[in-house]
Amino acid sequence: MARRVPEVNASSTADIAFLLLIFFLVTTTMNVDTGLARMLPPMPEKNQKQADVEVKKRNIFPVLINMNDKLLVRGEPMDAMFLREKAKEFIVNPNNDPNLSEQDEKDIPLIGKYRVSKGVISLQNDRGTSYNMYMEVQNELVAAYDELRNNLSRSLFGKPFDKLTQDEQDAVSKAIPVRISEAEPKNVGGK
Amino acid sequence: MAKFSRKGKKELQAISTASLPDIVFMLLFFFMVSTTMREVTLMVRTNLPFATEVTKLEKKSLVSYIYVGPPMLQYQAKLGTEPRIQLNDSFKTLGDIRDFISSERDAMKEDQRPLLTTSLKIDQNTRMGIVTDIKQELRKASALKMIYAARRKE
Repeated sequence: MARRVPEVNASSTADIAFLLLIFFLVTTTMNVDTGLARMLPPMPEKNQKQADVEVKKRNIFPVLINMNDKLLVRGEPMDAMFLREKAKEFIVNPNNDPNLSEQDEKDIPLIGKYRVSKGVISLQNDRGTSYNMYMEVQNELVAAYDELRNNLSRSLFGKPFDKLTQDEQDAVSKAIPVRISEAEPKNVGGK
Repeated sequence: MAKFSRKGKKELQAISTASLPDIVFMLLFFFMVSTTMREVTLMVRTNLPFATEVTKLEKKSLVSYIYVGPPMLQYQAKLGTEPRIQLNDSFKTLGDIRDFISSERDAMKEDQRPLLTTSLKIDQNTRMGIVTDIKQELRKASALKMIYAARRKE
Protein backbone atom coordinates (compact mmCIF):
# COMPACT_ATOMS: atom_id res chain seq x y z
CA MET A 1 0.00 0.00 0.00
CA ALA A 2 1.42 3.30 -1.03
CA ARG A 3 1.51 5.77 1.84
CA ARG A 4 1.01 9.41 1.12
CA VAL A 5 2.22 12.16 3.34
CA PRO A 6 -0.78 14.30 4.08
CA GLU A 7 0.97 17.15 5.91
CA VAL A 8 4.41 18.36 6.96
CA ASN A 9 6.19 15.52 8.68
CA ALA A 10 6.25 16.34 12.39
CA SER A 11 7.97 13.21 13.58
CA SER A 12 11.38 14.90 13.72
CA THR A 13 10.09 17.44 16.22
CA ALA A 14 9.89 14.61 18.71
CA ASP A 15 13.51 13.76 18.05
CA ILE A 16 14.60 17.34 18.58
CA ALA A 17 12.60 17.56 21.77
CA PHE A 18 14.03 14.25 22.97
CA LEU A 19 17.51 15.54 22.31
CA LEU A 20 16.86 18.61 24.42
CA LEU A 21 15.22 16.50 27.10
CA ILE A 22 18.20 14.18 27.32
CA PHE A 23 20.55 17.15 27.43
CA PHE A 24 18.72 18.58 30.43
CA LEU A 25 18.44 15.17 32.07
CA VAL A 26 22.18 14.74 31.87
CA THR A 27 23.39 18.23 32.69
CA THR A 28 21.15 19.04 35.60
CA THR A 29 21.40 17.48 38.98
CA MET A 30 18.38 16.98 41.17
CA ASN A 31 20.49 17.39 44.25
CA VAL A 32 18.51 17.91 47.38
CA ASP A 33 20.82 19.49 49.87
CA THR A 34 20.76 17.74 53.18
CA GLY A 35 22.72 18.30 56.32
CA LEU A 36 22.74 18.84 60.06
CA ALA A 37 21.23 22.21 60.90
CA ARG A 38 22.78 24.00 63.86
CA MET A 39 22.72 27.46 65.38
CA LEU A 40 25.97 29.13 66.32
CA PRO A 41 26.10 31.08 69.57
CA PRO A 42 26.30 34.84 69.04
CA MET A 43 29.61 36.59 69.62
CA PRO A 44 29.87 38.11 73.11
CA GLU A 45 29.71 41.91 73.17
CA LYS A 46 33.09 43.57 73.42
CA ASN A 47 32.51 45.64 76.54
CA GLN A 48 30.45 42.98 78.19
CA LYS A 49 32.34 40.80 80.57
CA GLN A 50 31.58 37.20 79.96
CA ALA A 51 29.53 36.06 82.90
CA ASP A 52 30.40 32.58 83.95
CA VAL A 53 27.28 30.55 83.97
CA GLU A 54 27.37 28.23 86.90
CA VAL A 55 26.46 24.76 85.84
CA LYS A 56 26.67 21.94 88.30
CA LYS A 57 29.11 19.23 87.42
CA ARG A 58 26.42 16.56 87.30
CA ASN A 59 24.57 18.55 84.65
CA ILE A 60 27.44 18.55 82.20
CA PHE A 61 28.05 15.71 79.79
CA PRO A 62 31.50 16.42 78.42
CA VAL A 63 32.40 14.82 75.12
CA LEU A 64 35.99 15.28 74.08
CA ILE A 65 37.48 14.27 70.75
CA ASN A 66 41.25 14.27 70.48
CA MET A 67 43.49 14.67 67.47
CA ASN A 68 43.49 10.93 66.87
CA ASP A 69 39.69 10.85 66.68
CA LYS A 70 39.38 9.09 70.03
CA LEU A 71 36.41 9.89 72.22
CA LEU A 72 36.43 10.67 75.92
CA VAL A 73 32.95 10.80 77.42
CA ARG A 74 32.61 11.80 81.08
CA GLY A 75 36.22 10.86 81.64
CA GLU A 76 35.99 7.45 80.03
CA PRO A 77 37.14 6.42 76.58
CA MET A 78 34.21 5.29 74.51
CA ASP A 79 33.29 4.13 71.04
CA ALA A 80 31.01 6.45 69.05
CA MET A 81 28.53 3.58 68.75
CA PHE A 82 27.53 3.82 72.41
CA LEU A 83 27.40 7.60 72.58
CA ARG A 84 23.73 7.86 71.63
CA GLU A 85 22.47 5.58 74.40
CA LYS A 86 24.72 7.22 76.99
CA ALA A 87 23.52 10.68 76.01
CA LYS A 88 19.89 9.62 76.17
CA GLU A 89 20.38 8.06 79.58
CA PHE A 90 22.06 11.23 80.77
CA ILE A 91 19.27 13.50 79.55
CA VAL A 92 16.31 11.44 80.73
CA ASN A 93 17.82 10.10 83.96
CA PRO A 94 14.89 7.76 84.64
CA ASN A 95 16.05 6.57 88.04
CA ASN A 96 17.14 9.94 89.42
CA ASP A 97 20.74 8.89 89.53
CA PRO A 98 22.69 11.63 91.37
CA ASN A 99 25.47 11.33 88.78
CA LEU A 100 23.22 12.10 85.82
CA SER A 101 21.44 15.33 84.90
CA GLU A 102 19.05 17.11 87.26
CA GLN A 103 15.39 17.33 86.36
CA ASP A 104 13.22 20.35 86.79
CA GLU A 105 9.46 19.94 86.89
CA LYS A 106 7.82 22.49 84.60
CA ASP A 107 4.32 23.17 83.44
CA ILE A 108 4.22 23.04 79.66
CA PRO A 109 1.10 23.83 77.59
CA LEU A 110 -0.40 20.78 75.84
CA ILE A 111 1.76 18.43 77.89
CA GLY A 112 1.28 19.43 81.50
CA LYS A 113 3.86 18.71 84.13
CA TYR A 114 7.05 17.37 82.66
CA ARG A 115 10.49 16.76 84.09
CA VAL A 116 12.71 18.94 81.95
CA SER A 117 16.36 17.99 82.01
CA LYS A 118 18.91 20.60 83.01
CA GLY A 119 21.66 18.64 81.31
CA VAL A 120 24.03 20.25 78.85
CA ILE A 121 26.14 18.29 76.41
CA SER A 122 29.49 19.95 76.06
CA LEU A 123 31.38 19.05 72.92
CA GLN A 124 35.03 19.87 72.64
CA ASN A 125 37.32 18.89 69.83
CA ASP A 126 40.93 19.36 68.93
CA ARG A 127 42.03 21.35 65.91
CA GLY A 128 43.46 18.12 64.56
CA THR A 129 40.22 16.17 64.82
CA SER A 130 38.94 14.99 61.46
CA TYR A 131 35.71 16.49 60.18
CA ASN A 132 34.35 13.02 59.57
CA MET A 133 34.66 12.09 63.25
CA TYR A 134 33.24 15.42 64.33
CA MET A 135 30.19 14.90 62.14
CA GLU A 136 29.75 11.36 63.42
CA VAL A 137 29.69 12.61 67.01
CA GLN A 138 27.41 15.54 66.15
CA ASN A 139 25.10 13.14 64.39
CA GLU A 140 24.94 10.79 67.38
CA LEU A 141 24.16 13.67 69.74
CA VAL A 142 21.47 15.11 67.48
CA ALA A 143 20.11 11.59 67.05
CA ALA A 144 19.86 11.17 70.82
CA TYR A 145 17.73 14.30 71.10
CA ASP A 146 15.68 13.39 68.04
CA GLU A 147 14.90 9.94 69.39
CA LEU A 148 13.82 11.34 72.74
CA ARG A 149 11.58 13.87 71.04
CA ASN A 150 10.09 11.21 68.81
CA ASN A 151 9.40 8.94 71.77
CA LEU A 152 7.65 11.73 73.65
CA SER A 153 5.63 12.78 70.60
CA ARG A 154 4.53 9.20 70.00
CA SER A 155 3.43 8.66 73.59
CA LEU A 156 1.59 11.99 73.80
CA PHE A 157 0.17 12.53 70.33
CA GLY A 158 0.66 9.19 68.64
CA LYS A 159 2.72 10.71 65.83
CA PRO A 160 6.44 11.20 65.20
CA PHE A 161 7.85 14.65 65.92
CA ASP A 162 7.98 15.94 62.36
CA LYS A 163 4.29 15.08 61.77
CA LEU A 164 3.09 17.20 64.71
CA THR A 165 1.50 20.62 64.37
CA GLN A 166 3.59 23.69 65.11
CA ASP A 167 2.13 24.15 68.61
CA GLU A 168 2.74 20.53 69.51
CA GLN A 169 6.27 20.72 68.16
CA ASP A 170 6.95 23.79 70.26
CA ALA A 171 5.65 22.02 73.37
CA VAL A 172 7.82 18.97 72.77
CA SER A 173 10.82 21.18 72.05
CA LYS A 174 10.26 22.90 75.35
CA ALA A 175 10.05 19.59 77.17
CA ILE A 176 13.25 18.33 75.56
CA PRO A 177 15.41 21.30 74.60
CA VAL A 178 18.50 20.59 72.52
CA ARG A 179 21.44 21.77 74.56
CA ILE A 180 24.70 21.08 72.82
CA SER A 181 27.37 23.57 73.69
CA GLU A 182 30.62 23.71 71.80
CA ALA A 183 33.66 24.86 73.64
CA GLU A 184 36.61 26.51 71.95
CA PRO A 185 38.83 23.79 70.57
CA LYS A 186 42.15 22.88 72.04
CA ASN A 187 45.26 22.89 69.98
CA VAL A 188 47.25 19.89 71.03
CA GLY A 189 47.93 18.50 67.59
CA GLY A 190 49.60 21.76 66.59
CA LYS A 191 47.97 21.87 63.17
CA MET B 1 -15.90 11.86 -5.90
CA ALA B 2 -12.18 11.43 -6.12
CA LYS B 3 -11.81 13.90 -3.31
CA PHE B 4 -14.17 11.83 -1.22
CA SER B 5 -12.29 8.59 -1.66
CA ARG B 6 -9.00 10.28 -0.74
CA LYS B 7 -10.47 11.38 2.52
CA GLY B 8 -11.48 7.82 3.28
CA LYS B 9 -7.93 6.62 2.67
CA LYS B 10 -6.52 9.24 5.04
CA GLU B 11 -8.51 7.87 7.95
CA LEU B 12 -6.99 4.47 7.47
CA GLN B 13 -3.44 5.76 7.92
CA ALA B 14 -1.25 5.10 10.94
CA ILE B 15 -1.90 6.80 14.28
CA SER B 16 -0.77 10.37 14.22
CA THR B 17 2.38 11.02 16.20
CA ALA B 18 1.87 14.76 16.12
CA SER B 19 1.12 14.87 19.86
CA LEU B 20 4.33 13.08 20.75
CA PRO B 21 6.43 16.27 20.62
CA ASP B 22 3.91 17.91 22.93
CA ILE B 23 4.32 15.18 25.50
CA VAL B 24 8.08 15.33 25.24
CA PHE B 25 8.05 19.11 25.47
CA MET B 26 5.95 18.82 28.60
CA LEU B 27 8.58 16.54 30.13
CA LEU B 28 11.29 18.89 28.92
CA PHE B 29 9.70 21.90 30.58
CA PHE B 30 9.22 19.94 33.78
CA PHE B 31 12.91 19.13 33.93
CA MET B 32 13.92 22.63 32.94
CA VAL B 33 11.87 24.14 35.75
CA SER B 34 12.49 21.61 38.49
CA THR B 35 16.25 21.31 38.15
CA THR B 36 18.80 23.93 38.86
CA MET B 37 21.99 24.28 36.95
CA ARG B 38 25.11 24.11 39.04
CA GLU B 39 25.99 27.74 39.53
CA VAL B 40 29.57 27.46 40.66
CA THR B 41 32.29 25.28 39.25
CA LEU B 42 33.78 23.35 42.10
CA MET B 43 37.47 23.97 42.51
CA VAL B 44 37.83 21.93 45.66
CA ARG B 45 36.93 18.32 46.21
CA THR B 46 34.08 18.06 48.69
CA ASN B 47 33.48 14.48 49.61
CA LEU B 48 30.70 15.01 52.12
CA PRO B 49 30.43 12.94 55.29
CA PHE B 50 27.42 10.74 55.98
CA ALA B 51 24.81 11.34 58.65
CA THR B 52 21.47 9.83 59.58
CA GLU B 53 19.72 12.77 61.23
CA VAL B 54 19.82 15.06 58.22
CA THR B 55 17.24 17.70 57.45
CA LYS B 56 16.37 18.91 53.99
CA LEU B 57 17.43 22.35 52.99
CA GLU B 58 14.41 24.29 51.80
CA LYS B 59 14.40 27.61 49.97
CA LYS B 60 17.66 27.60 48.10
CA SER B 61 17.55 31.37 47.60
CA LEU B 62 18.27 31.83 51.30
CA VAL B 63 21.36 29.66 51.29
CA SER B 64 24.94 30.65 50.64
CA TYR B 65 27.60 28.03 50.28
CA ILE B 66 31.11 27.74 51.61
CA TYR B 67 33.19 24.94 50.14
CA VAL B 68 36.20 23.57 51.93
CA GLY B 69 38.43 20.76 50.75
CA PRO B 70 41.64 19.87 48.96
CA PRO B 71 41.96 21.65 45.58
CA MET B 72 41.08 19.71 42.43
CA LEU B 73 43.92 18.04 40.53
CA GLN B 74 44.53 20.88 38.08
CA TYR B 75 45.15 23.37 40.91
CA GLN B 76 47.27 21.11 43.05
CA ALA B 77 50.54 22.02 41.36
CA LYS B 78 50.02 25.61 42.43
CA LEU B 79 48.21 25.25 45.73
CA GLY B 80 49.15 21.87 47.12
CA THR B 81 46.72 19.49 48.74
CA GLU B 82 45.95 21.33 51.96
CA PRO B 83 42.23 22.11 52.32
CA ARG B 84 41.27 25.51 50.93
CA ILE B 85 38.17 27.65 51.10
CA GLN B 86 36.15 28.36 47.99
CA LEU B 87 33.58 31.14 47.89
CA ASN B 88 31.64 31.63 44.66
CA ASP B 89 34.15 30.92 41.90
CA SER B 90 37.54 31.50 43.47
CA PHE B 91 39.83 30.44 46.27
CA LYS B 92 39.55 32.73 49.25
CA THR B 93 41.02 33.08 52.69
CA LEU B 94 39.37 33.24 56.09
CA GLY B 95 39.31 37.03 56.09
CA ASP B 96 37.12 37.12 52.98
CA ILE B 97 34.26 35.26 54.63
CA ARG B 98 32.86 38.32 56.33
CA ASP B 99 32.77 40.30 53.08
CA PHE B 100 31.21 37.32 51.36
CA ILE B 101 28.44 37.06 53.96
CA SER B 102 27.69 40.77 53.84
CA SER B 103 27.51 40.75 50.05
CA GLU B 104 25.21 37.74 50.18
CA ARG B 105 23.06 39.65 52.65
CA ASP B 106 22.93 42.69 50.41
CA ALA B 107 21.74 40.56 47.53
CA MET B 108 18.74 39.40 49.52
CA LYS B 109 15.45 41.13 50.18
CA GLU B 110 15.36 43.13 53.37
CA ASP B 111 12.80 40.96 55.15
CA GLN B 112 14.60 37.76 54.32
CA ARG B 113 18.02 38.75 55.58
CA PRO B 114 17.69 37.21 59.04
CA LEU B 115 16.87 33.89 57.40
CA LEU B 116 20.24 33.63 55.68
CA THR B 117 21.59 30.12 56.12
CA THR B 118 25.17 29.17 55.47
CA SER B 119 25.76 25.70 54.17
CA LEU B 120 29.21 24.36 54.90
CA LYS B 121 30.25 21.82 52.30
CA ILE B 122 33.34 20.38 53.85
CA ASP B 123 35.37 17.40 52.74
CA GLN B 124 35.29 14.61 55.28
CA ASN B 125 39.06 14.40 55.61
CA THR B 126 39.46 18.05 56.58
CA ARG B 127 40.88 18.79 60.02
CA MET B 128 38.64 20.66 62.44
CA GLY B 129 41.06 23.61 62.78
CA ILE B 130 39.94 25.34 59.59
CA VAL B 131 36.29 24.47 60.29
CA THR B 132 36.48 26.12 63.69
CA ASP B 133 38.06 29.22 62.18
CA ILE B 134 35.24 29.44 59.63
CA LYS B 135 32.66 29.08 62.40
CA GLN B 136 34.32 31.89 64.32
CA GLU B 137 34.21 34.10 61.21
CA LEU B 138 30.53 33.31 60.75
CA ARG B 139 29.87 34.26 64.35
CA LYS B 140 31.68 37.54 63.82
CA ALA B 141 29.55 38.16 60.72
CA SER B 142 26.53 37.15 62.85
CA ALA B 143 25.44 34.59 60.30
CA LEU B 144 24.40 32.16 62.98
CA LYS B 145 22.08 29.89 61.06
CA MET B 146 24.18 27.20 59.51
CA ILE B 147 24.03 23.69 58.23
CA TYR B 148 26.75 21.07 57.96
CA ALA B 149 26.12 19.54 54.56
CA ALA B 150 26.00 15.75 54.77
CA ARG B 151 24.74 12.86 52.75
CA ARG B 152 21.93 10.73 54.06
CA LYS B 153 22.98 7.35 55.32
CA GLU B 154 20.29 4.68 55.33
